Amino acid sequence: MGRLAVAAILCAGLLSLMARTNSLAQESNPLAGDAKAAKAGESQFRANCAFCHGLGARGGGRGPDLTRARKRHGSKDADLFRTISDGVPGTAMPANGTTGQGVGMTAEEIWQVITYIRSVEKKVAPSLVGDRARGDKLFHGSGGCFTCHMVNGEGGRLGPELTNIATSRSTEALIESLRNPSRHLAIGLIENTKEFPQEYETVSVVTADGKQFTGVALNEDNFSLQMMDTQQQIHLFEKDTLKSFQKTRESLMPAYDEKTLPDRDLQDLLAYLFQVSAK
Amino acid sequence: MKRACFHLFVLSCACFPLRAQVTFDRLLQSSKEPQNWLTYSGDYAGHRHSELTQVNSENVKGLVARWVYQTAALGKFETTPLVVDGILYGTGQDDHAFALDARTGRPIWQYQYIYPSDIRACCGRVNRGVAILGDKVFYGTLDAHLVALDTKTGNVAWDVAAADYRKGYSFTLAPLAVKNMIVVGISGGEYGTRGFVDAYDANTGERKWRFYTTPGPGEPGHETWAGDSWKIGGAPAWITGVYDKDTDQLFWTTGNPAPSNRKAQREGDNLYSNSLLALDAGTGKLNWYFQYTKHDEHDWDSTQVPVMLDLDGKKLIAHANRNGYFYLIDRTTGKLVFSKPYAKTTWSTTFDSEGRPVATGESSPTLEGNKVCPGAAGSTNWMSPSFDPQTKLFYVTAREQCDVFSTAEQANEEGHAYYGSAYFPADDAEPYWGALRALDPLTGERKWEFKHVSPSWSGVLTTAGGLVFTGDSEGNFIALDAKTGKALWHFQMGGAVYAAPMAYAIDGKEYIAIAAGSGLFTFALP
Repeated sequence: MGRLAVAAILCAGLLSLMARTNSLAQESNPLAGDAKAAKAGESQFRANCAFCHGLGARGGGRGPDLTRARKRHGSKDADLFRTISDGVPGTAMPANGTTGQGVGMTAEEIWQVITYIRSVEKKVAPSLVGDRARGDKLFHGSGGCFTCHMVNGEGGRLGPELTNIATSRSTEALIESLRNPSRHLAIGLIENTKEFPQEYETVSVVTADGKQFTGVALNEDNFSLQMMDTQQQIHLFEKDTLKSFQKTRESLMPAYDEKTLPDRDLQDLLAYLFQVSAK
Repeated sequence: MKRACFHLFVLSCACFPLRAQVTFDRLLQSSKEPQNWLTYSGDYAGHRHSELTQVNSENVKGLVARWVYQTAALGKFETTPLVVDGILYGTGQDDHAFALDARTGRPIWQYQYIYPSDIRACCGRVNRGVAILGDKVFYGTLDAHLVALDTKTGNVAWDVAAADYRKGYSFTLAPLAVKNMIVVGISGGEYGTRGFVDAYDANTGERKWRFYTTPGPGEPGHETWAGDSWKIGGAPAWITGVYDKDTDQLFWTTGNPAPSNRKAQREGDNLYSNSLLALDAGTGKLNWYFQYTKHDEHDWDSTQVPVMLDLDGKKLIAHANRNGYFYLIDRTTGKLVFSKPYAKTTWSTTFDSEGRPVATGESSPTLEGNKVCPGAAGSTNWMSPSFDPQTKLFYVTAREQCDVFSTAEQANEEGHAYYGSAYFPADDAEPYWGALRALDPLTGERKWEFKHVSPSWSGVLTTAGGLVFTGDSEGNFIALDAKTGKALWHFQMGGAVYAAPMAYAIDGKEYIAIAAGSGLFTFALP
C-alpha cells in the first residue's frame, strides 16, 4: 500500500472519529440527576480521574478541585464533556475520550463522570472573610510572595504562576501550601505525548570549578539537569561534570507559620487570590 | 544481449529466491544467525540477548544514530521489530505494520489495518510487534483479529477474528510462531472478559486449539471462582510466551483477575490468573501451572516474559514479577525453587510451605484507601527482561512506587471497563523512581543497579559485547557495562521509551534498534 493511501485512510479514520465524538457531545447531560449514573460516574472518576483530581474530586497532586461550580475551562455540560473527551491543550489534562489517548472513556462514561462531578459540586463559593486590598499589599509587599510567584503577568518565576490558583485548588490545599509547602509538591507527569515534569523539587549543585547554586529543578533526566536558581537564572548542567548534585522534596518556599503569617493575614491573602482568580 | 541477461536474471530470481523463508528450524536455531532477530524476545528462551560483538564496552561511546523511521502517529510505540536478511518488520501505534530496508529505514511496504472506532483499548492503541514464519508476518489487532501479511508485499493473506472486541477483547502482544502455528494470548483484563491462549494454522488461519485461562464447570480449578465469576474473570495472556523444544511446551503467563481490585465479586484463588502455564504446544493442554499471586487485588498481572535458563544442570524459569518478587521455578515440574523481593514490597510478610509469598489481610484495598508497595504499575510490568549467558545475570527494569489502593464498587457491564478500583501514588518522600537491576538468578541477589530519575517502561537487551541496552521515560537510550552497571553511552531521542531494544547486523555492521516517541531509532558505529 502506498504512503498516500495510508495517509488517506488515517485521515478518513480520524474524520470518522471526530464525527463520532462530535455527535455524542451533546449540549446537555442526558444523564443529569440520575443517581445510578452518578454512582457509575464515581467509579469511573476514582479509576480514571482521581489520580490527578483526588478522591472526592477535591483536587490532587496535579489536577484542580472540581467541586467548585465554576470551572476554568467552561462550566456548562458541553464544556465539561469537551474538556474530558478532548483534553486541554497546553495543560496536563489529557484527552480521555474515544481517540484512544488518555484513559479512553466512552461518551456514556464521560456523561456518568459529569453526573458525578455535578453531584459533589458545592453550590456556593467559599465564604471569605479576608480583606482583598490588604491581601494584595501583603502579596506584593511584606509577604514577599511576588518575588517568586507571578500574578497577571507580574512577579517572579521561581514558584508556580498563581493567577488562577484560587479557583482551581481547594481552600484547604491553599492553606496547606502556605503553612506547610513541602507537604505536597506537584506530581510530575511524563506521558508519551505530553510532558509536565516540573515538581518544584529543590536542587543544590556544586560545579567542577566550585560554584554553588540552589534553586528548583525545571527538568531532569538521568544525565542532565535544567534548573532555575534563587536569582531566577536558568542553568543547564550535565550531571557527570558536577562536583556534587543534591535534590530534595523540601520546598524552597518558606513555611509560613502563624508567627510569620497570622491567620488574619492568611485570610487576606486568600481573599486577594480569589479576587484575582475570579476575574 | 543485455536484454537476454536481464531476462536470465529475472528468471533466476523467480526460480531461486535469494532469501530463504523463515522456517521453524531457523527459529529453533536462532542463535546460529545473530545477524537476524527472528522472534519477539530474540530466541525461544526469552533471553533478549544478542551474540553480536562488534559494538562493545570499549567502543560503544562512539555509537551514532543511523536512521529513524517515523510512524507519524500518537500513542505509545511498543514494537520490538524483527529483522530477517536485511528487512525489518514492525508494527506502530494504531495497528500499522511496516517492512523497512533495515540498512536505511526506507519503507518497502506499509499496511494500515482499519479497526472499528469503538474498540476497547484500556491502555492505549498499542502493538508490540509481529511474528514471522514462512512467507508471512503475523500480528494481532485492537479488535482481536489475527492478521497474516505477505512478507514481500504486505498484502493480507488471511484475517481471522479471535473474539468479539465489543466485549473488551483485543490483541496487543507480538505473536509467537511455533511449528506450523501462530500462538497468541488475548488482552482484556480491564473488562469482564475470559482470557485465553490460542494457536492458529500459519497457512490458513484455522484455529488449532484454545486454552481458556479461567476453568469452566467440571474442569480442575473451576472451584477457585465464586459463582459465575469465572465467566468474566479476566486472566488475560497479553505478553509473548516462550517455547521449550525439549518438552514441546509453551510457557505462557497470565494477567490479573477481573475486576482487578475487588475481591467480593470473585472469592477464591482465581486460577489461572497471575500464573505461569505450561501448555502442550501441539494441543494447548495444560501440563502444570504455577500461580504467583493468588486472588490478586492490586492489578499485578504476571504478564512478564518468563525466561528459560539452563544453569547448574537445572532447567529453570526466571520471572521478575509485577508483585515485586523474583521467582525461580523448576520448569520440569513447575515447583518453586525460591522467591525473593527484588524491589520494595509490603503486601506479604510470610511465605507458604512452597516458598510463595502470602498476602497479609491488611494489604486489601479499602474504601478509604490502603497504602501498598508495589503500586498498581508494579515493581516491573510488561517490559522485557534480559538474561546474559556471559555474566549469567538477569536484568530487569524495576519501579519503586507505593500506591494507595481504594475500592470503587462497580457492576460488570459487557464491554465496559471493569476495575473495581482506584489507586494513586502514596504520599511518600520519594513518590516514585526506577532502576535497572542486575540479579543473580540463582539467588535473587542484586549485583548492581542503575537508577532512573523516574520509572522507566523500557525493556532490556544484552549483547555479547558486554553491554546492556535500555531506555528511560525521559527519552534516553542508554548503554551500560553488563558487569558493573556503569553508563557508557546515551542518546537523547526526544520521546519516552515504551519498548525493548533488539540488535541485528547487515554486511557485518551491527545495529541496535529501539522505539521511542513515534520514532524507531537505529544506532551503529560510524
